[in-house]
Amino acid sequence: MTAELGHYALVLALSVALVQATIPLLGAWRGDPGWVGLARPAALVQCFLVTVAFGALMYAYVTSDFSVLNVASNSHSAKPLLYKISGVWGNHEGSLLLWLLILVLFGAAVAAFGGNLPAPFRARVLAVQAMIAVGFLTFVLFTSNPFERLLPAPLDGNGLNPLLQDPGLAFHPPFLYLGYVGFSMAFSFAVAALIEGRVDAAWARWVRPWTLAAWCFLTLGIALGSWWAYYELGWGGWWFWDPVENASFMPWLAGTALLHSSIVVEKRDSLKNWTVLLAILTFSLSLLGTFLVRSGVLTSVHAFATDPARGVFILAFLIVVIAGSLTLYAVRAPAMKGGGIFSPVSREGGLVLNNLLLSTACATVLLGTLYPLFLDAVTGDKITVGPPFFNMTFGPLMVPVFIAMAVGPMLPWKRGDLLGAVQRLKFAIAAAVAALLLTLVLAYDGPWLAIPGIALGVWVIAAALEEAAHRLRLFRVPIAESMRRLMRSPRAAWGTTFAHAGAGMVIIGVVASSSWQVEKLQVLRQGESVAVGAYEFKFEGATPVAGPNYGAVRGTFRVSRNGAEVAVMQPESRSYQDPPMETTEAAIRTGWGGDLYAVIGDPTGDGSWSTRFYNKPMIHWIWTGALLMVFGGLFSLSDRRHRVGAPARRGRMAKTVKTAASMAGK
Amino acid sequence: MLMTLLRRLVLALCLMAPLAPAWSVAVDTPLDDPALEARARAIHKQLRCLVCQNQSIEDSNATLARDLRVLVRERITAGDSDDAAIRFIVDRYGDWVLLQPPVKGGTVLLWLGPLLFLLLAVISLVFWYRRRRGAPVVAANAPLSADEQARLKALLDDGDPK
Amino acid sequence: MNELDLEETPRRLWPRLLPLAVALIIGGFLFAGLSLRPKEIPSVLIGKAVPEFNLPALPKRPKGLQSADLKGQVSLVNVFASWCVSCRVEHPLFMKLKARDLVPVHGLNYKDDGPAAMSWLARHGDPYDRVGQDLKGRVGIDWGVYGVPETFLINAEGRIVCKHIGPVMERDLEEKLLPAVKALRQGGVAKC
Repeated sequence: MTAELGHYALVLALSVALVQATIPLLGAWRGDPGWVGLARPAALVQCFLVTVAFGALMYAYVTSDFSVLNVASNSHSAKPLLYKISGVWGNHEGSLLLWLLILVLFGAAVAAFGGNLPAPFRARVLAVQAMIAVGFLTFVLFTSNPFERLLPAPLDGNGLNPLLQDPGLAFHPPFLYLGYVGFSMAFSFAVAALIEGRVDAAWARWVRPWTLAAWCFLTLGIALGSWWAYYELGWGGWWFWDPVENASFMPWLAGTALLHSSIVVEKRDSLKNWTVLLAILTFSLSLLGTFLVRSGVLTSVHAFATDPARGVFILAFLIVVIAGSLTLYAVRAPAMKGGGIFSPVSREGGLVLNNLLLSTACATVLLGTLYPLFLDAVTGDKITVGPPFFNMTFGPLMVPVFIAMAVGPMLPWKRGDLLGAVQRLKFAIAAAVAALLLTLVLAYDGPWLAIPGIALGVWVIAAALEEAAHRLRLFRVPIAESMRRLMRSPRAAWGTTFAHAGAGMVIIGVVASSSWQVEKLQVLRQGESVAVGAYEFKFEGATPVAGPNYGAVRGTFRVSRNGAEVAVMQPESRSYQDPPMETTEAAIRTGWGGDLYAVIGDPTGDGSWSTRFYNKPMIHWIWTGALLMVFGGLFSLSDRRHRVGAPARRGRMAKTVKTAASMAGK
Repeated sequence: MLMTLLRRLVLALCLMAPLAPAWSVAVDTPLDDPALEARARAIHKQLRCLVCQNQSIEDSNATLARDLRVLVRERITAGDSDDAAIRFIVDRYGDWVLLQPPVKGGTVLLWLGPLLFLLLAVISLVFWYRRRRGAPVVAANAPLSADEQARLKALLDDGDPK
Repeated sequence: MNELDLEETPRRLWPRLLPLAVALIIGGFLFAGLSLRPKEIPSVLIGKAVPEFNLPALPKRPKGLQSADLKGQVSLVNVFASWCVSCRVEHPLFMKLKARDLVPVHGLNYKDDGPAAMSWLARHGDPYDRVGQDLKGRVGIDWGVYGVPETFLINAEGRIVCKHIGPVMERDLEEKLLPAVKALRQGGVAKC
């Protein structure tokens, strides 16, 4: 019964979405306040209906209602509750429903908290949101209905893939979706602005918090996913440049560019055209990701019995959304000219450079991801574009980003003095040179690229700190005055400091862990030991253990350094029954210097076991840095000026201008 | 999107790859000579696992990947150079197994692409700055076009809130 | 803060149409991609002589398989194993083919256990002329095998003409393999 309720709620949601997508738009065009006013309640009702549908599916999962096909094929009664819940989005249909839920939640948030938006503009934004919802609702209802019944109901379900039964992964998709779908807000705002033909500082101020929130979620989602891959897949890799990863990385790159270009729109009323285009492209890349994953175009067609109808449907939707918005852009963009002039060497210039490089990097990732498809379609040749390509192209493109990232915030708006900015980065330069020399001494035999790599990371972090110190006039005015400045300086500026420092940490983590990783693969007998860098792993034996829905073999390793025991590590090799599958649970020991990583493989049959060990220096900096970036984003989001209830376009304009001007004048 | 999730599913399916007879447990035994082993491992990392998604045979648990690892070790021990060992695999499975696509007719655009993107971006940026800074000197005496008037207005407006 | 709603003379249109054009081109490729099969890696051995190999017969079954056996007449080589689930899907088709006696089918028993393979053949029928037992899968690698089942068409000179990846379905046999066999027999070139 609940399943039918959920299905019915979706059908109702579709009809509400159809109304919401059309009437308010017409109302805004005709100037009919009644029609315009329909947008808000419609968004709230739509949100309610989709929530009911999602709740119904979750109820079916939690109660293990195997008469629902989706539950039967993806869940199992013996699964822990957490994975029954996360099983809801652990499959195609359920994950689409989650997508939809987040979409309508964002819509409802605009309806509920967007009181400061002019009513016609809000109506247009909500109408565009509803158009996206119509697309996804029809997709769910016609090709991927999660409420399909299976009669007679089987006694038990097929179970969820054991690799997915992991707390890290349970929350990875929701965050990822919050990110992707969050960018739909930027998209809707951009399309609404194109319809109105007006983009100004107030627009940028409305868009920024949504973009920033989406960016934080996406960053967190990607970080969670890579962390999960690191500890669950058992070979210590954390990023593979896989098409599916790239699909989430491209919107991130575009979103990061959007975040920066919208600052220029907000503060200097320039780059409007570009920012609107970027908002459209960011969401388009999110949609492209959906398509790539669900159509089987790039993933294995043998692994999934993907329904070709789904691929065609979502591609058609993709083309309607993207081509439609880009056509609108081509027609309306000239209406949004103007804005402050600035020299290439200026804060704006720095942000433009950031955009230029990030977009180039994004285009490169797109090219590498789709190239095998292009070539196959044109010549029939099959090739692989793997990590080496991306490392060789994306890497060098990022170097100037990081160099500029340190200098940009030191430049004044409009016209800056590069030499002056560099001079103000004395400390950062000194730190980078010191890091260079220190790395050179400590790792003279290491890969030579690692040395400037570490220096680059140190440069980014030190520059972020130095910029903050300048803001406080630290050591140049009395400490009390600096403290006062600390309390008064805008949170958005601190957000930048944290996020940039986080990026520096990621660089150091990536460079150090990939350059100085020690890796050992060994067949060990009980009592034998193996040296991994400075550490010695002694195999104490393997014992069988039983888990809630799996059996496992647990190896025990005593790890010592210079004879002193530092850890006991117990990796497991698990075998699940529903569905039958083996997984490796690596044992990871995180210390200040980095991670020790141990994996137990298969027995050889004569009493010894295949094992794998890694020492990965500073690898945790990658995720710590990513978390710091997210923290920076959230901190910035808490800035008064970024509240969703930002100042209205006209009323508080004078005040806004003052703040903007004071920021600009700094 | 469930992208990462789905990708894991694919990986998961790799673990129970179609080429995995249940009873034959191939165990990787590293070569005794660390220098040879290091070379073999470096080669493993350049070759793509055939039954999985974008993983190298080094990273894959699939049986075929294991067989290929063993094969590479054998070639190296037999005295093959790195290139010869890679060629041996490519002769059987084609360029597809190379994680780094070779620069050839069909891949020229791929390898030049990033450079072209960068050039395109830089050129458009230069033009954009130029256009904003003002019309070229030659046109100085011509009456202002609508566009130029707009820019002038922009320039004049620019300072005013301060 | 200047609010510019300028009615400018539109600048050149094409730069603004560029994103749309790029999106449409990518969309076209994606549409083409829907009908491509990214995981089917074409064999590099097409047109080449079959690799040199000599495999023993299955236990208690006469006739092993070696390269020389593939010269002199058009034949099919089917890579199979008893542990391979989709092999069971295509197997009845090979049984029918045997009954029709159109083309000899040889088996390459890939990484299998001898007795298990024999009992599998006893249960599902034995459509093969010769069967070579590739215990370690090394010959399979020489043939570029990466997924079982795979089926190769060999011409009379012992060269590989085409390779079918995955289970052979009725359609593949009737519309691809058998016409190719016919063409080869008539001395023509076969494409598949």
